[in-house]
Amino acid sequence: MESLTFRHTTQKPLPGTKREAITGVVASGNLEVLLERVLAPDACEVAVETAINGYGDVWEAVVADFVARAQPGGLRISINDGGARPDTVALRLLQGVRLMEA
Amino acid sequence: MAPTDPNHARPIGDDPSSPIAPATAGRRSSAGRTGSDHRSDPVRLEMSWYEASARQRVAAFLDADTFEEFVGPTERAMSPHLPLFELPRAFDDGIVVGRGRLDGKPVLVAAQEGRFMGGAFGEVHGAKLVGLLRAALEVRPAAVLILFDTGGVRLQEANAGETAIAEAMRAITEVRAAGIPVVGLIGGRAGAYGGGGLIAGTCARLAVSESGRISVSGPEVIETNRGAEEFDSRDRALVWRTMGGKHRRLTGGADAYVADTVAAFRDAALDLIARAPAFDLATLEAEQARLEARLTRFGTCRDGADIWARLGINDAQAVPAMTDAAFTEIAAGVPEASHDAR
Repeated sequence: MESLTFRHTTQKPLPGTKREAITGVVASGNLEVLLERVLAPDACEVAVETAINGYGDVWEAVVADFVARAQPGGLRISINDGGARPDTVALRLLQGVRLMEA
Repeated sequence: MAPTDPNHARPIGDDPSSPIAPATAGRRSSAGRTGSDHRSDPVRLEMSWYEASARQRVAAFLDADTFEEFVGPTERAMSPHLPLFELPRAFDDGIVVGRGRLDGKPVLVAAQEGRFMGGAFGEVHGAKLVGLLRAALEVRPAAVLILFDTGGVRLQEANAGETAIAEAMRAITEVRAAGIPVVGLIGGRAGAYGGGGLIAGTCARLAVSESGRISVSGPEVIETNRGAEEFDSRDRALVWRTMGGKHRRLTGGADAYVADTVAAFRDAALDLIARAPAFDLATLEAEQARLEARLTRFGTCRDGADIWARLGINDAQAVPAMTDAAFTEIAAGVPEASHDAR
C-alpha cells in the first residue's frame, strides 16, 4: 500500500453547495472518490490510498491536471484505489466534482 | 465512459458513468404503483439491478430522496484488518445501511456492494448489518430489507466475519419475533453465498432474479474440496441449475421470482412484506416439515433438471432458457414453490 497526499491552491472555489459526494467502487481497476467541502475556498487536497506502489509521479500528474481543469477549491478529496488506470482516475475525479456542483 | 449527468445526481453515492444497461425482458407492470405517484423515479426504476452499485440500488429502490445513511462514507468506518494484507479499504466497508421509505412506509435497509471484496462480510461490514437489525427493535420499521450481494465471509478477517454472521442471524430472529418482516433481495453478481446464504435462510421472505444465486458453499469451494467431477465450477449452466434464481424459486427457496429491474424488486419487496409469515412455532414446524419432505422427495436427484421434472414440469430442460414471463407462469403451477413456512 502507498499513501500519497497532494495539496493545491485553486484560482476559485468549486460552485455548488453540496457538502459531500462519493462515486465509484473499490474493485480491480476501479477506485472510489469521496469529496467533502471542508477546506478554504482556494484550497484542494487529494489524499490517495493505493494498492499499487510506485506510481506517485503518475498520480501527481493526473491530480495536477484535474485541479487545473476543475478548479475544485474547497474540496478535500479522498481516494481508495484498487489499481485504476490514469484515465479512469481522471474521469472519476471529474464525476465527483460534477456531483458536488449539483 | 459516458459523461456525467447532473440531473441524475443524488445526495451521496452515485456513479452516473457506470454502464447501467436498461433491462427490458419480462418487466412486470409497475406503472400502476410507480407512475401514479411521485415517490420513485421512473428512469431509475428501469435500471438493471445486476448492473447497479449498492448505492444506486438503494437510491432507486426507495421512495425518491428518502434515504438517510447511517455510518456513511465520511465517517470512514473502514476495515482495521485489510491494511495488514496490503489491501485497499472502502469508506463504507462494502455495505450501505440506513433508513428510508418504501411506498410511504418507513423501512430500514442494508445493501452490500458485491464489487468490493466480493461483497464479503468483514468486521465493520458485519457490525453495520447487525447494528441495523438491532436498531429495528427500537425504531420498529414496517420492514427490514437486506439487498444481498456477497460471497460470504471475508477471509482476511474471518473470525470477525463469522461472528458477524452468527450475530446477524440471531438479530434477524429477534426482529422477526418482534413482528417485523425481514425480506432479502438477491440479484447481484456475487449472489448470496457462504454466511450470506445462511443469513438469507433466516429471512422471512426472499425475492430472487434469474442472475441471483443462493447457496452456502460456492461452486469453486465445492470443486476445490470434492473435485471437478463432483462439481465443475466453470460450467455456468450447472451452477445456475444448482444455485440460480429459477431453481431456488421452483423449490421454494425463494418466494418471488422477479425481472432484473429495480422496479421488479421494489414491487416484490412490497408484496412480500405484506405477506410475511408470523415467526412462531407453527411456522418453524412447517419449515422443518417442508425441508424434510424436500429431502425425501429429491434426495436422489443428480441435477436441478431432475428435480424440476419430478416437480411435474413437462420440459424441464427448457427451464433455463425460458423468458421471465414464461417461467413465472410455470412456477405458479408448482405447489412446492409456494408455502407458509420459513
